[in-house]
Amino acid sequence: MAREFTPKVVTANDLLEGDVVYLTADDRWSRRLNEAELITDEAHATIRLLDAERQPDTIVGAYLADARAAEGGPAPTHFREAFRMRGPSNYAHGKQAEA
Amino acid sequence: MYRYTEFDHAFLAERNAQFRAQVERRIDGSLTEDEFKPLRLMNGLYLQLHAYMLRVAIPYGTLNSAQMRQLAYLAETWDKGYGHFTTRQNIQYNWPKLRDVPDMLDALAEVGLHAIQTSGNTIRNVTADHFAGAAADEIADPRPVAELLRQWSTDHPEFQFMPRKFKIAITGAPNDRAVTAAHDIGLRIVERDGQIGYQVWVGGGLGRTPMIAKVLADFLTLEDLIPYLEATVAVWNVIGRRDNKYKARIKILVHEYGLENLRAEVETEFALRKSLYDAARARDLLSEITASFAPPAFETAPVEGFDAAYAADPLFRSWADTNLSEHRADGYAIVSISLKKQGATPGDATADQMRVMADLAAEFGHDELRISHEQNVILPHVHKRHLPEIHARLRAADLATANIGLISDIIACPGMDYCALATARSIPVAQEIATRFEDLKLEHDIGPLKIKISGCVNACGHHHVGHIGILGLDRAGVENYQITLGGDGTEDAVIGTRTGPGFSYDQIVPAIERLVMAYLELRADAGEAFLQTYKRLGMEPFKEALYPEAAPNAA
Repeated sequence: MAREFTPKVVTANDLLEGDVVYLTADDRWSRRLNEAELITDEAHATIRLLDAERQPDTIVGAYLADARAAEGGPAPTHFREAFRMRGPSNYAHGKQAEA
Repeated sequence: MYRYTEFDHAFLAERNAQFRAQVERRIDGSLTEDEFKPLRLMNGLYLQLHAYMLRVAIPYGTLNSAQMRQLAYLAETWDKGYGHFTTRQNIQYNWPKLRDVPDMLDALAEVGLHAIQTSGNTIRNVTADHFAGAAADEIADPRPVAELLRQWSTDHPEFQFMPRKFKIAITGAPNDRAVTAAHDIGLRIVERDGQIGYQVWVGGGLGRTPMIAKVLADFLTLEDLIPYLEATVAVWNVIGRRDNKYKARIKILVHEYGLENLRAEVETEFALRKSLYDAARARDLLSEITASFAPPAFETAPVEGFDAAYAADPLFRSWADTNLSEHRADGYAIVSISLKKQGATPGDATADQMRVMADLAAEFGHDELRISHEQNVILPHVHKRHLPEIHARLRAADLATANIGLISDIIACPGMDYCALATARSIPVAQEIATRFEDLKLEHDIGPLKIKISGCVNACGHHHVGHIGILGLDRAGVENYQITLGGDGTEDAVIGTRTGPGFSYDQIVPAIERLVMAYLELRADAGEAFLQTYKRLGMEPFKEALYPEAAPNAA
């Protein structure tokens, strides 16, 4: 039996800066997960990932990451994505410093 | 120390110019990421969780003060003011921007440093005993051979697309501080009937299939060393597995094909290569290199200043007791500078701290620094009369932590705070263990204890050879930490044994505390180190401490 599709966002790293970016519904790359397009349909997810992969001059390593709907936009469901959204835990570097 | 020749400088400049053009072609879209990735990896550039990461080689862990200052300059100019020293004697910058990397490489080349072959399926940076050339127990300085291997392996045309990476470590002392048994090839300098030779260990490695190396060749002369190593790598390059990256390392070949069969293949290949090899030229080259590693002119001077400070100043005494090692020259000591202040990130140094260490090396240490695989910095040649001043200046720079070899001197990989491969965090676990035992004021009472933490099965944190090893995994979407006991990275190398079920992030530090408290109860006397107690009593009493609910006599 096929597993039920869980909501996703398209995420990658920026080519020049190397930092984490998320694909928005209006085709921008945002630095903030809560601005990402939360994708609830599997076929649409495949299309959006292809959209991302067609931008190799902007981003690197696009993939679909699990996310959930939360107040204010998508939120991570796995700790790896929570760290990517925030930055390292030993210094206030990365996104947590820019917030 | 070894100074780059015109050839080396021209090679680096050419290589950096090539990479600069490759970066430009990636940015303008002429190269895809698939095309660019192997090129950037060959130049030490990774893409990690939050940013690019540049891994710079510190060949055989040796630096001079100008090189250390340049590392500080890079940290300040293109990173966030610090660098991370790794378990393979490299330094990693965690925050470079793609466009800046060619400038960083040019700046490194100014002082003869580079990032070549710090990644990719090549022969990696050759590591060596961090006390090389200084240790009292040394047969011969391993660095001339390490430098010969660096020259041989750099851009070696046959070895650029191997089944997997290949790591070599070398020790010149019977007390193995270079973890040679956990390398694809470990070299040990040995002496037999007054002659120096090289013992070749093969097939060691940690990672998901940890194995202790076996002796491939018991005693090689210098003339035979390079063709023999070349034959070994060549045989593996041809028959090593390429169908499965997890089975590609030479340790799997040794395991599946058998040591005897491998040796027979190597001997055949060696006979061919030896006849083509110009042994006289290699001998000349090595004697040239050896001359550049000639020991400094050690001074003879009184050490009363040291003795007086040792008697009068308890802080200095504590630091001297833990952070100094025996030097081969009278009146000298080897100074280990701990990058493991309790609560700090293991292996990190700020640009200012790097400059303080560079200054101390220039003023008092014959201009030499070393990076240890245990993520500390060494001043290998210091006359004891300078130690009180060195200690004072280290204190002022927050670098005088007296904990070498103790429970807070923890190896930790970057883990999921930085690494794209990690399955759990390592750094905060190390920080919390260190601060917990600092709070308990038990560190010095516990004595020698090596805790090593990896954030995934690739084992960059050497957890398999930790007296206590911690492996962070992702279990059903949460961090989970497995404990191994009894590992040993010395000449008596042993892979640690798993205790049982893992612990959650919140439970791992209390679990380590139970383990260490049990040791304090169980040890025969204060002189029996953790590893000795474990060897004497085995796993059972430690398991009871770790899993009290499972114990038959649990209340």
